[in-house]
Amino acid sequence: MFGSYEWNKKLVIRTVASWALALLVFFPILFMLVTSFKTELQAIAVPSLWVFEPTLENYTEVQDRSDYLHFAWNSIITSVLSTILGLLIAVPAAYSFAFAPTKRSKDIMMWMLSTKMMPAVGALIPIYVICQKLGLLDSVFALTIIFTMINLPIMVWMLYSNFKDIPREILEAARMDGATLWDEFRQVLLPLSMGGIASTGLLCLVLSWNEAFWVLNLTSANAGTLASLVASYSSPEGLFWAKLSAVSVLAIGPIVVFGWFSQKQLVQGLTFGAVK
Amino acid sequence: MGFLDLEAVDKYYGKLHAIKGIDLSIQQGEFIVFVGPSGCGKSTLLRMIAGLERINGGTLTLDGNDITHAAPAKRDLAMVFQTYALYPHMTVAENMSFSLRLAKVDKAIIDEKVKTAADKLDLTQYLDRTPKALSGGQRQRVAIGRAIVRQPKVFLFDEPLSNLDAALRGQTRVEIARLHRELGATTIYVTHDQIEAMTLADRVVVLRDGIIEQVGTPLELYDHPANRFVAQFIGMPQMNLIPTSHVPAAPQGSVELGVRTEHMAICAMGDARIKGSVEMVESLGNETLIHVRPEFAGEHDLPLIIRQYERTDLQMGDEAGVRWDDQHVHFFDADGKTLTNTVQGVAA
Repeated sequence: MFGSYEWNKKLVIRTVASWALALLVFFPILFMLVTSFKTELQAIAVPSLWVFEPTLENYTEVQDRSDYLHFAWNSIITSVLSTILGLLIAVPAAYSFAFAPTKRSKDIMMWMLSTKMMPAVGALIPIYVICQKLGLLDSVFALTIIFTMINLPIMVWMLYSNFKDIPREILEAARMDGATLWDEFRQVLLPLSMGGIASTGLLCLVLSWNEAFWVLNLTSANAGTLASLVASYSSPEGLFWAKLSAVSVLAIGPIVVFGWFSQKQLVQGLTFGAVK
Repeated sequence: MGFLDLEAVDKYYGKLHAIKGIDLSIQQGEFIVFVGPSGCGKSTLLRMIAGLERINGGTLTLDGNDITHAAPAKRDLAMVFQTYALYPHMTVAENMSFSLRLAKVDKAIIDEKVKTAADKLDLTQYLDRTPKALSGGQRQRVAIGRAIVRQPKVFLFDEPLSNLDAALRGQTRVEIARLHRELGATTIYVTHDQIEAMTLADRVVVLRDGIIEQVGTPLELYDHPANRFVAQFIGMPQMNLIPTSHVPAAPQGSVELGVRTEHMAICAMGDARIKGSVEMVESLGNETLIHVRPEFAGEHDLPLIIRQYERTDLQMGDEAGVRWDDQHVHFFDADGKTLTNTVQGVAA
């Protein structure tokens, strides 16, 4: 009896602590969501108002003033295309690293990963100049390519650790059974690594969607994604908290919903090989 | 020329010369077993024949065709892996029919072949299961089934029984022997288990450090080992070795005398060729192994093992005399090569 009471007490403390921590982490987003339904005047009220009559005027104004759908469309196009392109490159690369490694494979993979350790701003000038010379500033095409490039190291590494878990003999058995490289990929490797490929794709999609640095530096009205839309509301007319909140909610909304539904896959993807 | 011929076949891993110019001719329908200690190159050689490892020198011909550099898929060989290597996402039937489906064989024929193979291997009731839902022995049978539905020119087995428990290993071994009798297919089988080698093989190939030490029928290897390595590798417990300095009338140039455990006997001290003390007695029921340390043996020398089918009263520490039968002795020179071999009265 006493033991179970003790256990219950622990459980209650743990549950309350978890909820408190979760709420703390979630609070800024909640605050933003609430603010997006206030008028600009209510938004800057100190102390913050928690009881007010909600309005949708910020949302309609955002669409009227800056064509939300145009930016959202750019976000979708760049993240989906860069994910597809990234997978097309990363899957064969990871396949060769995992199943036909050479003496230098590990070094190449480390080198690929090391590019992620360099601050992006270090590569800004050369990339900006290249885009400028090729007439690719403010283009969806350039953004897609750049998203692909910055996500590739992580994609290759994720797929590599996923493929590594597949016994090599299974692919060899397929080869002995008469499979061509394509058969081997489509009929054996793909079904066995579908989970890993899906999580890699999901992660790449999320990372591309959230990317702001390159978007802000290489695009403006034409190819800008939701990240640039959000940024455009913080200047130059001064801060309009309610509208900024509304546009932010609109920017993160789709990816939050998407992430919610695919969280199991995402977590699995990030912990491959970590737990056996 | 044989059905499958290896001529001066080489394999290098960087600077390591793993397979050193191997020549071997295998006849159609033969059951060949590769044996040797770990790292001797037996699996590598099998994988080179399969096409899973590149051949760096020499030629490989199958049925008159040069397949040295052919892709695995083009060689018409089937392989059974140690880890079974079944396709986990396919059912037993799909696993077995995979090669035929790739070859775009007519569905009716595929079904027929899968059914026949499943009957042969007692797998009919499992055809719709995935490998996950099968026991180790059943999985191994599926792997064998996957090989036989293709009716390949040669079957390759890479230590197929080493993941099974002892009882199942015995059963599956008998099954493989039966299948070979029924199908009459050329088979190459890699193992480190002597019993598998001795019971299954038409000819055994003993490998060490990437070279062939000897090729012969199991009994040829047992009775007429070409050298000390083969003599010691084949036969359990190992052949006893005695320095010829302790053996009167040893042939010129010989340094060691080899006698199999069953050809040595415990005897009265008066008749003893070697005297020693009993170090251990292993009573196995059907046979008794008596370990005797000769008087002249150093602390690190192996004791002599005497195998007898009678039980014994000898105890650890007892004095014992040992004699052997001159009809069954092997003399080895300083390089380990067999000099004379008197087994069954025939000098080798």
